[in-house]
Amino acid sequence: MNGNDFTFVLDGENIPFEPGQTIMEAATQAGVYIPHLCYHEEYRPRGSCKLCTVKINGHFGTACTMPVQPGMQVDNDTDELTAMRRRVVQMLFVEGNHYCPFCEKSGNCQLQAVAYHVGMQDSHYPHFYPLRNVDASHPDMLLDRDRCIQCELCVRASRETDGKAVFGLSGRGTRTQLVVNSESGLLGDTNFSITDFAARICPTGALIPKREGYPLAIGERLYDADDIARVGHRQPSSKAEE
Amino acid sequence: MPAIAYHRVNQLLDAQHRDPLRLVQILIALQNEYGGCPAPLRDYVAKALDVPLAQVHGVVEFYHFLSTERLGDYRIYVADNITDRMLGNEKIMATLQEKLGVTRGKPRADGRVFVDYTSCTGLCDQGPALLVNGRPITRLTTGLAAEIASKIEAGEPIATWPAGWFQVEEALRVAGPVLAERSEPGRALQAALALGPERFLKEIDKSGLRGRGGAGFRTALKWRVCRDAPGKAHYVVCNADEGEPGTFKDRTLLTRFADEVFEGMTLGAYVIGAEKGFLYLRAEYAWLYPHLVAVLARRRAEQLLGEHILGRDFSFDIDIHLGAGAYVAGEESALIESLEGKRAVPRTRPPYTATHGYLNQPTICNNVETYVKTTLIAKHGADWFLESGTRHSPGTKLLSVSGDVARPGIYEYPFGVSVQTILDACGATDTQAVQVGGPSGTCITPIEFGRAISFEDLSTGGSFMVFNRSRDMLAVVQNFTHFFAGESCGFCSPCRIGTQLLRQSIDKIMAGHATARELADIAETAQCIKDMSHCGLGQTAANPLLDTIKRMRPLYESRLTSLDFVPGFDLDGALAISRELSRRDDAAAHLGQRCDEHGCTINAAKAGEGT
Repeated sequence: MNGNDFTFVLDGENIPFEPGQTIMEAATQAGVYIPHLCYHEEYRPRGSCKLCTVKINGHFGTACTMPVQPGMQVDNDTDELTAMRRRVVQMLFVEGNHYCPFCEKSGNCQLQAVAYHVGMQDSHYPHFYPLRNVDASHPDMLLDRDRCIQCELCVRASRETDGKAVFGLSGRGTRTQLVVNSESGLLGDTNFSITDFAARICPTGALIPKREGYPLAIGERLYDADDIARVGHRQPSSKAEE
Repeated sequence: MPAIAYHRVNQLLDAQHRDPLRLVQILIALQNEYGGCPAPLRDYVAKALDVPLAQVHGVVEFYHFLSTERLGDYRIYVADNITDRMLGNEKIMATLQEKLGVTRGKPRADGRVFVDYTSCTGLCDQGPALLVNGRPITRLTTGLAAEIASKIEAGEPIATWPAGWFQVEEALRVAGPVLAERSEPGRALQAALALGPERFLKEIDKSGLRGRGGAGFRTALKWRVCRDAPGKAHYVVCNADEGEPGTFKDRTLLTRFADEVFEGMTLGAYVIGAEKGFLYLRAEYAWLYPHLVAVLARRRAEQLLGEHILGRDFSFDIDIHLGAGAYVAGEESALIESLEGKRAVPRTRPPYTATHGYLNQPTICNNVETYVKTTLIAKHGADWFLESGTRHSPGTKLLSVSGDVARPGIYEYPFGVSVQTILDACGATDTQAVQVGGPSGTCITPIEFGRAISFEDLSTGGSFMVFNRSRDMLAVVQNFTHFFAGESCGFCSPCRIGTQLLRQSIDKIMAGHATARELADIAETAQCIKDMSHCGLGQTAANPLLDTIKRMRPLYESRLTSLDFVPGFDLDGALAISRELSRRDDAAAHLGQRCDEHGCTINAAKAGEGT
């Protein structure tokens, strides 16, 4: 290896990268899927869901925040990491109230798809059954905190793309919750719009449009036929046409 | 509730220059003035500072001593570290609740008083302790608690309460160079100025000084990286957010050796080229604020701070920022977030604080004790410093000794001292276990008392809690595990959720509902939290459970039900809300969850447990 050799090793394969890229960016560019929920390529990585935890030269770290160095040895698709990621996804499921069978996001939900990807078959941990407020005050959008995993994607999208700062996180520890930037604390009292990018970015069903439930039949939904690793990380893009 | 006088709010805002970076400081001032930060105040502050309302709300809800509702004229927080528990804080709480007719955690209807528990207040050597409107009362008895209650009922202002109640004792038991030396302010600074910044930094480097917070990073390396990093300005931060339960040595240093602390910060500023420094004082030590401000003023008058220090072309000043109750703010990047007026959530690293700290500029952040050590090195030189301690841990360490000992207080020993030596000195007898380094540290049993306090063996920020054989070590583990669950900042999923799972597990074990499978599950969950968490809090939160499962497994086994399965949920616990609604707590309102040898539930035998 010399100073001009911009490759690193991901699961035994030599992968090229551009200086300044994170492991996640380089892997995505090379077509390698690393599970994630709070990462979105348009925003500064947050590294909070911890699903993209990989082993970097023998130490655990998050792929979305760690810059690649030449010759870096990164393990991603290993039994150890899959087992750890499964536990974290199970934690996310028991922390909130996730009712996949009747959730409108089912089949198009990243949380659910990642759960299948890591082989989650049960919740493993006892459910917390938290009491969380549903906010149906907005004419077009529903905020169902039961399904919120505190990834802060809507917070970032609203602030950075929509220029509105409609959302924020409040509380501490397991009482952390998504709050809305209005005196009443209600979404209906903000300038939030269904056309905002933040309205489309939720990886779960916490922010969903009203009056268009279950638009696609089972079998036709994004992750019905194939694993999220092959379907690809189909996140909405703020630049793409509708 | 009293009407909000907005001209007074404006005064408080003006005192903080209406600076969004001082949002936490503003909210602390409002909390003190109004006993809470209710919605109209938050709205007013958001508009005055032009920050999103959700941000103000987010900050208030993050910190333990800020509240979205008004709590009361008198706000009492009873310390709930395990050492306070051992000294009977539950009786103090019961007395206060009874005499004041108040329920813990709920403001009294007349808006007069609020009582709750809080984590360690740094008064473990003189517990049980409480804070009333930020002022400490130590060595509580139920009699004193009753007197406090009657003062409150009579509406007597705290300023008129007996001054003796608020005395905090500083017991220096074994003194080394830090505690024994009294030198006039400015001497270390003169010595460093005579050497020049580069030669002084080399001296620090040669001394091998490592951070006294517990992590042990080389101080000189941190300072050099910071000094060499490009930036608009460089900053010096002193981490006085001594939150690790069982630690109180910074309280002693700030009380008795504040000059040395500020002088050390000034040395740091001289080396890295900073003009501005912050001392981040934990909320529990807010009662030290007037003293520290007075020391700063005197040092300015003595030309040891401010413009042209000692007549040189070197200007530096220090501002004191208060914390508002968050253990996680002891993590340096979280501390800096808090300094910037935000929720104390640890940052993603890299980049590190040394290059991207306060306002993303190069910043050194060191422990209180570390700064004091730099003044000793300036005065006596690196060779002198290297004479004590071990090869990898030079110098001395201040230890905060509490728990089952005859002489709690501050002990200064060279690194390398054995646990047994300390136990002998503090008069510990019949010792069952020692928690070195607080809940995030290590729990050791007598066969390991020959081990040494040092970075290479038992690392500690200073906490040293002793437990004799009469103590239930699982109650200790339960206290620590609840502590972490309450202090997790909520940023990353493994810690936010995992610490709750660990709390549930230890509660289940204590209630006698756990099985052998539970222990294996704890180990697996704990490993996951340790490996995947964002910062040291999550990475160490499982230590109390893991250490004791490893060293004291029989204690756990004696509390397990015998069968090899994990009950999915707590049957009796599920009835708790029904019991509350029906106001019943008799034996027939409880469901047993013990199983007999056939796997059948045995009812009623353990009625009353789990409530």
